[in-house]
Amino acid sequence: MDVKPTIQQPDPQSSPAMSSTSPGTTAAASTVPASTPAISPASPSSPAGTFPGQVHPTPGGGIVISSIDEVINWARSNSLWPLVFGTSCCAIEMMSTAGPKYDWSRFGFEVARATPRQADVIIIAGTIVNKMAPVLKRLYDQMADPKYVIAMGACATSGGPFFYNTYSVVKGADHVIPVDVYIAGCPPRPEALLHALITLQEKIRSGATREQIKTNAE
Amino acid sequence: MSPEELKNKVANLLAPGQTGDAAPVPADAAPSPLPWEEGAQWPALMIDPTQWLTVARQLRSTPSLAFDFLFCLTCIDWKTHFTMVYHLRSTTHHHTLVIKAKLDRADPVIASVTPIWHTAEFHEREVYDLFGVQFEGHPDLRRLFLTDEWIGYPLRKDYEDPVNMIKL
Repeated sequence: MDVKPTIQQPDPQSSPAMSSTSPGTTAAASTVPASTPAISPASPSSPAGTFPGQVHPTPGGGIVISSIDEVINWARSNSLWPLVFGTSCCAIEMMSTAGPKYDWSRFGFEVARATPRQADVIIIAGTIVNKMAPVLKRLYDQMADPKYVIAMGACATSGGPFFYNTYSVVKGADHVIPVDVYIAGCPPRPEALLHALITLQEKIRSGATREQIKTNAE
Repeated sequence: MSPEELKNKVANLLAPGQTGDAAPVPADAAPSPLPWEEGAQWPALMIDPTQWLTVARQLRSTPSLAFDFLFCLTCIDWKTHFTMVYHLRSTTHHHTLVIKAKLDRADPVIASVTPIWHTAEFHEREVYDLFGVQFEGHPDLRRLFLTDEWIGYPLRKDYEDPVNMIKL
């Protein structure tokens, strides 16, 4: 933890050097020292979401040691673009989570996309009926890899209140597409959705596939 | 108009031997023998389904009633019979009336009111889709939500679907 203060030292030296080489990009260069302290050393005990790597200070700068996979997973987990997809009342809670009161953009979810081709995660916010199931499958198939699925609420998890005596409801969206994170609730509170999103981030950062997570749990 | 005045007006309209353009009934007309339902939010009247088209035309065209807005059309399966329920409102007089009609469960038939309130077209298609009520005179009576090849009417209480339904 003593690395962090020393990382401040190279900044006055590096930023004039960058601005002198490219005067036209002074504004862009000035952001570099500001963002550099954000790269903090990661250790097994470091808080979730911090950059995965170690900083080794050297005269005139520093060396970051990490693995490409970890950096990619870190980047992916902090910029998950959700698909605009809601089929019932859970969607209202999802909109509330996206709104200013809960504001999921604090955790890297602000760019909700109306097309599956630009989305990373689909939040199944609501009941999936037999007529909707092929639509959901097609949306999932149109999303580019890597893609993630959150089953929000009782309906998406198991059919919920429509489990019995219903002719039209799919008894859990995982009959149609694979699900990464399930949320209980009818509908779940926005805090629960935020927790699920953060859980998904941790899952992505762990780097394990669904099968590996299942095997590790057993 | 108070609920009692509305009830009297409707009762006069439906009095035996009367048509829509008949002379007003004398003020000393007998108290309504009609089967009004009490205790509900709006006055609700049970009518004979064979009269429904005539009654509906009169409710819409009589100036003092002017029910120009059909805001709810649905059906109930009571296991012994069906009940069609129509919620009517006047946007000029701001009064509301509920009309109900019992239908035979084995052969549920009632006149379509699509020519009178155009919004009834899709509502009646929905009721046909889920309950199998036949609306006579409907311009396009086919399934609305379910697929065309669907067999049965899912909102009937005796509907069976062993593939999709888990009985409790």
